[in-house]
Amino acid sequence: MSKEIVEKDILFEIKNLKKYFPVKGGVLQRTVGHVKAVDDVSFTIYKGETLGIVGESGSGKSTLGRTILRLLDPTDGEIIYNNEDISGLRQGKLRPYRKDMQMVFQDPYASLNPRMSVGELIEEPMIVQNTLSKPDRKKMVVDLLEKVGLGPEARGKYPHEFSGGQRQRIGIARSLSTRPKFIIGDEPVSALDVSVQSQVLNLMEDLQDEFDLTYLFIAHDLSVVKHISDRVGVMYLGRLAEIAPKDSLYDKPLHPYTQALIAAVPSTDVLNVREKTPLKGDLPSPSNPPTGCAFHTRCPKAHDRCKVERPELTHMGEEHYVACHLYTEPEPVVKVE
Amino acid sequence: MSNERILDVKGLKTQFRIDKQKVAKAVDGIDFHINKGETLAIVGESGSGKSITALSIMQLIPSPPGKIVEGSIELDGVDLLGLSEKQMTATRGNDVAMIFQEPMTSLNPVFTIGTQVSEPLRKHKKLGKKEAKKQTIELLKLVGFPRAEDIFHEYPHQLSGGMRQRAMIAMALSCAPKLIIADEPTTALDVTIQAQILDLMLDMKKKTGSSILMITHDLGVVAETADRVAVMYAGQIVETSTVKELFVKPKHPYTVGLLNSMPKIDQDSERLESIPGMVPPAHNFPQGCRFAPRCKHAMDKCTEAVPDLIEDGLNHKVRCVLYDGSGKGVTHV
Repeated sequence: MSKEIVEKDILFEIKNLKKYFPVKGGVLQRTVGHVKAVDDVSFTIYKGETLGIVGESGSGKSTLGRTILRLLDPTDGEIIYNNEDISGLRQGKLRPYRKDMQMVFQDPYASLNPRMSVGELIEEPMIVQNTLSKPDRKKMVVDLLEKVGLGPEARGKYPHEFSGGQRQRIGIARSLSTRPKFIIGDEPVSALDVSVQSQVLNLMEDLQDEFDLTYLFIAHDLSVVKHISDRVGVMYLGRLAEIAPKDSLYDKPLHPYTQALIAAVPSTDVLNVREKTPLKGDLPSPSNPPTGCAFHTRCPKAHDRCKVERPELTHMGEEHYVACHLYTEPEPVVKVE
Repeated sequence: MSNERILDVKGLKTQFRIDKQKVAKAVDGIDFHINKGETLAIVGESGSGKSITALSIMQLIPSPPGKIVEGSIELDGVDLLGLSEKQMTATRGNDVAMIFQEPMTSLNPVFTIGTQVSEPLRKHKKLGKKEAKKQTIELLKLVGFPRAEDIFHEYPHQLSGGMRQRAMIAMALSCAPKLIIADEPTTALDVTIQAQILDLMLDMKKKTGSSILMITHDLGVVAETADRVAVMYAGQIVETSTVKELFVKPKHPYTVGLLNSMPKIDQDSERLESIPGMVPPAHNFPQGCRFAPRCKHAMDKCTEAVPDLIEDGLNHKVRCVLYDGSGKGVTHV
């Protein structure tokens, strides 16, 4: 949903975020290398917006989400939330922040404890946060169930009694129970059928308006991300290739990877059939990414410079940033912030 | 494309016994055909019976509890349901081949790609080892492996998902089957790899003139690959037409709802339409039209009896009382 964000208050500022996973090898299980799942990513998230992150498997989009929420500890970089850097806080110190930030996971079959009733599942985060009295919590559970379109009778039931779409509603109700300001959806609708997917997307939009939520919406489906986002970032092998307002990104993609990605989506427009040239090759291994621009091995426009020099995100006007040498002077690189 | 039918399915019913009282009618009386050189897509959500249709044709339904209880499946004039298990084994991989969704689980991890891709050639065409290897390497080159000789000796885990699906396609093509059934062939793949595989399948179809039955939940894949399409809901075909017709003039309220609930990359929509409720379980279908409880056009008549699949327009059939001659229809999109 595109709505005018009048004053752009910054909620999150991510600066040079890195998350490396060690690769162990040899008899002594020594660290022999790193998978650079998130490699020097910087961007901002504005209050009240939906920022979509798209990428293929192995692009680091899920790791990015988990690192921002501090479910994973960052290797380096800053996560500035409401003017405070939370990247180095110990878990105990993080607890007050946790209630502001929640996550909705992809697989509603795996992310809800099968031994807890729906009422307990939704109440649990409030008990942990210890903000409400018991009667208030019970009332809140009923409220939330109603908000996500399930009746109060759902309280006593268990997750297996619900369909995938209903479970995702339960997951959303649970994430809302601490009255968060920020929710990360990690592929929240990709396990659902089309007709149910649209129900959940509409619900998420309604709740965003009602509770003034800010979303970081991570998905591989470009059409879904386009539908729900205000701005969209494209990730490739741990790096941000391009980030721009939705319309600008989909109508005038600048990065050759974004262009290929958009062209690869099967179109239902049977009256205007486009001639396609699919991108060649496979995604390189994230543990051994290509030098220079990570995309140069598959890029139809790659030149010598792309093989050695890593492109920085460059401002192309109106909040459109792209990391590609096609848009920078040969040398020296002029960065426009 | 000719009008000669390569596959003719009539009145197919496949059921699964759940317990003494309950029977899941996964596929409940479907008719369709595929002409020579044609691609037919069967599209539907989970639980619609589309994959069971594919497995019924291959006769790979686990039995018990599953059973084909009625109907006929004719492949190039031969009724597959009348074949013995031995004859069916000779048919699978030879006359009709299947590409599965998960190339990770449908290839055997302990055999090399070469062994697996050449197996149908050795079994069905009785080729010697040397000849089979030569043809397999040709096949691997055909499906786009640049270093086919090396790939021949490699194991599935050494290949990426897209590469494995290429190997599966090579295997399916090896005996030049009359029909290829592809069950969600690109669902597990990333979008750029999906585009490569769909491109490859279209290319192979052009080169070999094979007929394809494409099973998918993705309307985008239907639009890009198929000539005709059948929409399945709750074990029945609710609408069938050419692909162009279906996307331009969808008729069944379910098809219309499905198209409108899909976010589209080349269109902006403020709000998606959604279909309330969910697909009914196969052991407990509602009385009458199975979509009626979710349909905004539903009326009393809908719950009386299952509507027939009615011809409405050229090669366009729809199972909905709105089209039974009163000439009303749905206003849509």
